[in-house]
Amino acid sequence: MTAAALRTIDLHKSFGSLVVAQDVAISLPQGARHALIGPNGAGKTTLINLITGALQPDRGQVLLGDDDITSLAPEQRVKRGLARTFQINALFAGLEPLEAVTLAVCERLGVASTWWRHLTTFRGAIDEAFEILASLNLDAVCTRPTRELAYGQQRLLEIALALATRPKVLLLDEPAAGVPRQESSALFEAIANLPTDITVLFIEHDMELVFRFASRVIVMVGGRLLLDGTPAEIAAEPRVREVYLGRTRHG
Amino acid sequence: MNGDGGRSPTTLDPHRHLAAKHRWQPIEFAFWLAMLLPFVLVPTYLTLASQIAITAIFAVSLDLIMGYAGLVSLGHAAYFGLGAYTAGLIAKAGWGEPFSGLVVAAVAAGLFGYLTGFLVVRVRHLALIMITLGIGLLLYEVANRESWLTGGNDGLQGVVIWKLFGRFDFDLYGYTAYAYAFVVLFLVVVAARRLVHSPFGLSLRAIRENERRMPAIGADSRARLHTIYTIAATAAGAAGALLAQTTQFVSLGALSFERSAELVTILVIGGTGRLYGGVIGAIVYLVARDRLSGMNPQYWYFWIGLMLIGVVLFLPSGILGGAAVVARKFFATDERR
Repeated sequence: MTAAALRTIDLHKSFGSLVVAQDVAISLPQGARHALIGPNGAGKTTLINLITGALQPDRGQVLLGDDDITSLAPEQRVKRGLARTFQINALFAGLEPLEAVTLAVCERLGVASTWWRHLTTFRGAIDEAFEILASLNLDAVCTRPTRELAYGQQRLLEIALALATRPKVLLLDEPAAGVPRQESSALFEAIANLPTDITVLFIEHDMELVFRFASRVIVMVGGRLLLDGTPAEIAAEPRVREVYLGRTRHG
Repeated sequence: MNGDGGRSPTTLDPHRHLAAKHRWQPIEFAFWLAMLLPFVLVPTYLTLASQIAITAIFAVSLDLIMGYAGLVSLGHAAYFGLGAYTAGLIAKAGWGEPFSGLVVAAVAAGLFGYLTGFLVVRVRHLALIMITLGIGLLLYEVANRESWLTGGNDGLQGVVIWKLFGRFDFDLYGYTAYAYAFVVLFLVVVAARRLVHSPFGLSLRAIRENERRMPAIGADSRARLHTIYTIAATAAGAAGALLAQTTQFVSLGALSFERSAELVTILVIGGTGRLYGGVIGAIVYLVARDRLSGMNPQYWYFWIGLMLIGVVLFLPSGILGGAAVVARKFFATDERR
């Protein structure tokens, strides 16, 4: 059996007496499309931060394939093939999408610290960046400053930046968050077209997205994993409804 | 304007677009030619012109870290002063050859920039301002105390610079000085231009725009910032060395906080992150100082204060920023390709 694409072993993180992650153990097989759901404050983004290295766990390990990446810096994990998008856009507002994605490609190729050659001489990187943008239908707007793009387009650019790093594992943090209805189909299409060899874990509240793309759903509550199963199983599970709507315990 | 269907989005050529962004604009050629005019038009002001060129190099070096990388420094004069004293001391010790003196001084300043860089790249915002301020003050005090070396308040005397290429004397009229400073300015700006239009330059702008996103695309932003800080210190050191060599004197003022603050003012007036902002700012500031202090020596700072307030209120991106806005309005027919 080949190793899981991404695994966490008993991740634990607390801020003083506030435990944000408790014995979190997930395992994503190669090429999986898994969704992570849970009420607000369940610790989903914290888990992403622990996996990507933005946050250091108190205990536990993160394994990417066969490698233990728990002690690696965030940028080193990206170089090993772990990419993420942000729930609230973390884009380069003043750069053009073309520039931003070209930069990401250059970083991957290890040439981004070259200061004596013009950017225009890196034709391969520019072509690749343009291709990625075109695959997400952003080619028409890729030469405008990022801040001028529609919100839905900016969410797609988030994904484009992550794809430019050629990840093996992609963590999408609420990709559809804040995207108006008429722009969400482009987003859905982008997610559907993600290469099948990439393993994807996405946090989502949009159940339509979850049912459409996820083969498995993990439910997280209060920093712990509650259960996981197929979308149909999770939908039928009364406990899930409980955690979202709360037990009625008045009086 | 495109003649070959530039409107249709599917024919957008990313290479053409980027090439157009990065190529030399006609106005740049015009600018450099204009910078040669002082030789012909105002030969009595060549000393002022060389001061402007020196300050322009200094300002461009600050722009690299402030305008492009987004690091605000209130202590950049430390590297300028270090370059000045190094060049001065080398000449005083008997080696008055200008070019080699310049290189050694720039390297010394760059080395100090590299060492202090370890501290600087670890902090941001207020802490960054305080650390850079501290570095400047520290070096000033060391120079002040070690007056046996630096001449202290009296300044460094006995700096004798040999003839340029063994032929051109640093005369009172300033022909040699301005020619020397102009060439160095040109080289520094051309090198800075290359850097700014390279992938490295792009990564600096990205760090300025959103540093948080950098690790997520696999970039070590601290290492980049350390590199540009060292480069900026080297350039500042070169400017300082030029000052020492062309005036054959170095004073503590070269290391002072006033110098650092003045430089920030100059860059803000000219416009940050536009490569030529430092040069324009230096021209405007020093010409204004020359004119205004000629008219009224005591209150000229008042006018500078007023100019700064005016620029920040009405031209927040400096003179070049304002010029860009005007150019966009006038050349609005140039559709984005």
